[in-house]
Amino acid sequence: MNLEQLSLLDQAIFVLAALALLASFSLLAQTRLTAAIHSFAWQGVMVALVTTLVALSGIHHLYVSALLTLSLKSLLIPWMLHRLVRRLDMESEAESIGHPTLLVLAGAGLVIFCYWVALPIERLDMISTRNVIAVSLAIVVLGLWMMVARRRVVTQVLGFMSMENGLFLAAVASTRGMPLVVELGVAFDVLVAAILFGVFFFHISESIETLDVDLLNRLNEREE
Amino acid sequence: MGSPFSALLVTVFTPLAGVALLAVVRTLSVAGWLNLGLTVLEFMASLALASAVAYGGDLTAHSFHIDALNVYLVVLTTFIGMTTAIFSRPYMAQVCAEGRITRQRMQLYHAMFQGFQFTMLLALTTDNLGVLWVAVEGATLATVLLVSLYRTPESVEAAWKYFILCGVGIALALFGTVLVYFAAQQVLADPEQGLTWSVLHASAAQLDPTVLGIAFVFLLVGYGTKVGLVPMHFWLPDAHSEGPTPVSAVLSGLLLNVALYALLRLKMLADPALANGSSPAIAGHLMMAFGLVSFVVGSLSLQRRHNIKRMFSYSSIEHMGLMTFAFGMGGPLATFAGLLHMLVHSLTKSAIFVTVGHATHIAGTQTIEHIRGLIHTQPGVGWGLLLGVAAIAGFPPFGIFASEFLVIAATMASWPWLSVILLSGLAIAFAGLFGNVQPMVYGAAPENQAAVKANMLPVVVHLLLVLWLGLAIPALLANWLNQVTVLIAGEGVL
Repeated sequence: MNLEQLSLLDQAIFVLAALALLASFSLLAQTRLTAAIHSFAWQGVMVALVTTLVALSGIHHLYVSALLTLSLKSLLIPWMLHRLVRRLDMESEAESIGHPTLLVLAGAGLVIFCYWVALPIERLDMISTRNVIAVSLAIVVLGLWMMVARRRVVTQVLGFMSMENGLFLAAVASTRGMPLVVELGVAFDVLVAAILFGVFFFHISESIETLDVDLLNRLNEREE
Repeated sequence: MGSPFSALLVTVFTPLAGVALLAVVRTLSVAGWLNLGLTVLEFMASLALASAVAYGGDLTAHSFHIDALNVYLVVLTTFIGMTTAIFSRPYMAQVCAEGRITRQRMQLYHAMFQGFQFTMLLALTTDNLGVLWVAVEGATLATVLLVSLYRTPESVEAAWKYFILCGVGIALALFGTVLVYFAAQQVLADPEQGLTWSVLHASAAQLDPTVLGIAFVFLLVGYGTKVGLVPMHFWLPDAHSEGPTPVSAVLSGLLLNVALYALLRLKMLADPALANGSSPAIAGHLMMAFGLVSFVVGSLSLQRRHNIKRMFSYSSIEHMGLMTFAFGMGGPLATFAGLLHMLVHSLTKSAIFVTVGHATHIAGTQTIEHIRGLIHTQPGVGWGLLLGVAAIAGFPPFGIFASEFLVIAATMASWPWLSVILLSGLAIAFAGLFGNVQPMVYGAAPENQAAVKANMLPVVVHLLLVLWLGLAIPALLANWLNQVTVLIAGEGVL
């Protein structure tokens, strides 16, 4: 693909999607909770900007989605997480990551894998934004990787929510957005999920007195 | 009820009204009865809907699509919802009286019970793949707080695992849905219709095989997590064992079915599209592989269990695996068997969980080693458990024997070698179940063990139905299932 041949709009979408992917990497390697929440908020901003750019090409209901994403993913949810972190006194805590270099390198490998998976889809069509499918799949998979590799409840939530970002990006860039009913439903589910996560932080910290996932190991087959 | 559409609206939206209503009703006894009344109303409305569809044909209107396949699951869902509500009213009142949960949480429980019914019915009836996804995710969200209702560290942990694993799984399913929409946009004249199942099904053969193939993998992993397919099954035993018993009954009896239904609908889209590609049967083969592995892992895990509810949740994994395998195999006989198995498994498994609820109450524990002599202490519960397990293990004359027999017959015809695995898996599962259940039923009862107030009506009704289905499937139901088989597999068995 020759980037210079693309229209300015497509190039802008591409750059923004790449920045969202970059935010995924910074989420992956960020040890401080507050900074990680900021990275997540920035990723939300990128996705909202992509949505606005796609909306510019004449799909008006995407303005609604862009607004929803901006308010939900980059303002409301980060704000809620911030408040929780403050209430649970975890602001200054840093999570230790075993092998940060390996973590990020594996992430890079996953991105390449995602491009390989998306290869047959891209060949289908010449429109460059379809290339964003690979990038958004990479954001989804990196979110998954983050949930596997990081051991804190809050970072797992961030991974989960960034997966949602990737899905939304895929929907916007590859299909010009899903029907509005579906997008509203998905946004509602994300909101409820975010509230439930908040509820759970308190339940977990109350009943198990830690937010470290490694200590969530009461239910296994041996000790029954 | 006048038109079929109004019956549909009553069926689907009564539980939604119930959420609002039960969220504000503070008196516990009233809430329990109200919950029961609502489920009865839902069941009546679903019967009206079913008869309307049976006589008037498919119903496609305002983003709802009702055909023989989903109406049968709608009736099943509302029926088991009703019988579970009959069981749950005195059971949960007892739990509350013992002080295990507060009144506020009882309020939450009743509201979310209806919320769960709503999301499942919406998932079953909607014509829109996006709404289907939203509803299945909604079902997770509605049940996650029910699993952690007791707020013990174990239940919070179980709910967290359930939330995270199903959340991730279902996110992958959304990616698959996006890909389906993407493929539809290349084909359909009106791209807005790109998620409407009935429109997609009509032009499924034109969809791009490569994209649909990739999409189906994501959808299989995504919805398969909710079905409880190995290796995405880790949430299932935890959630089923730590939640309150009525929740285990509906999770095992209904939610797993809804997820499998979603897979089935998507397979119906993927198959005609894949037929033009390089690997035409890949969707079915993938389902067979996942199903068979789940079946084997489920039946092996039945051995030497210590927690009675965990044991029966592994049995759910085993049976869901068997159904996925049957649907993956395709063909009229296997499809018919899978549909029948869905029905009898739901009825039997929810009956078992109700009985287990009483049994754990009698013994005061969920540990198998400490549940002893049920049949001496309370013959009703003892016999209920014994007969329920006989039914789930596939003993004739119960219905599960019939459906498992059909699955094996279909396997013999097309994949003879796999029937060896199936038969040995069934034998292993049988040994595991009976090895654990026999001492619980017949063993010497502890000194001070006393009978509890048990409501065995749902169990009796369910087991009688399963028995009836095993002895002679009524012609009406057989025709109905045959109609569904024609819809899915192209030709019927009758």
